[in-house]
Amino acid sequence: MKNTKHRRKLIQIFLLTASFLFMITGLLNGEAQTVLAKAVNICLECIGIG
Amino acid sequence: MDKRKLVQALFAFATNAHVQGFYHGAIYRGKLKSACVPGLNCYSCPGALGSCPIGAMQAVEGSTEYGFSMYVTGFLVFVGLLVGRFVCGWLCPFGLIQELLHKLPARKIKVPKKADNILKWVKYLILLIFVIFLPILTADKFGISTPWFCKYICPAGTLEGGIPLLLANRPLRQAIGFLFSWKLLILALVILSSILIFRPFCRYLCPLGAFYGIFNPVSIRRYQIERSKCTKCGLCSAHCRMDIDVCKNPNSPECIRCGECVKACPTGALTGMAIRPEPQDSRCNDKIAD
Repeated sequence: MKNTKHRRKLIQIFLLTASFLFMITGLLNGEAQTVLAKAVNICLECIGIG
Repeated sequence: MDKRKLVQALFAFATNAHVQGFYHGAIYRGKLKSACVPGLNCYSCPGALGSCPIGAMQAVEGSTEYGFSMYVTGFLVFVGLLVGRFVCGWLCPFGLIQELLHKLPARKIKVPKKADNILKWVKYLILLIFVIFLPILTADKFGISTPWFCKYICPAGTLEGGIPLLLANRPLRQAIGFLFSWKLLILALVILSSILIFRPFCRYLCPLGAFYGIFNPVSIRRYQIERSKCTKCGLCSAHCRMDIDVCKNPNSPECIRCGECVKACPTGALTGMAIRPEPQDSRCNDKIAD
């Protein structure tokens, strides 16, 4: 049980670090701008028209 | 109205507060849309203030510059790690819509365990095939591809975006074709099945639920059972709307953290979404399962 908890803690730390690294890398690469550019226009495909 | 419904309604409103969009048949075009909301909420919904993470992921994959979205994946891993499918149970507008539909009077259907065990894997296939692989693999020579899930499956886009926009925007109505009929058919099936089955889209089709579900067993906030208090009465499982054997697997990937099991537990053995690892009155680790 103690091992399981320890292992889970390690997984959590790894995933937390990875998620921050992913988000920061994505932001630095300008992905948020790509999301914005897509989301501010009506996505015809998303609503079933395109 | 119970606490969860109130949170669901408030969150749905907070993330879709561009009310004038419904009247004018236009969407919000501000900078907030560069950020994702945690739930399935089409960014072409006239009220949407943020971006749907599944739509955003496909938008990045289908753009000329990127093949994979670090930004959206990082966001989803972060949210999943914090709370797992709590998002589905408390923060997703489309989950709320399905729950309200399920309140309509009709004979309810309990999906047989065998079928449920097979169908629940469909959402993982949809995540892999329609959200990740197809948008990446079918990019044209400019790197642009179709948002496969949004285009061919997502009923939330049709309901939250398509129908309100078409009702208020006459030029858009001229463009209706076969695709819209197909998406209306999917939406109709999801609506009908939601009346009969509790959250069928979340159980079997939602790629966002599939993604968050992967993190349920390791999420920072999750359920715990104190075995010394558990009488194995089975009330937790009996109250579970997602048909999970809570006593056996309180952090199943199918759990949407609605908290019905915690409310039903007569001995307080089940701790809901505790951030601290141990219940206060227990110092014996081997008596706690999570």
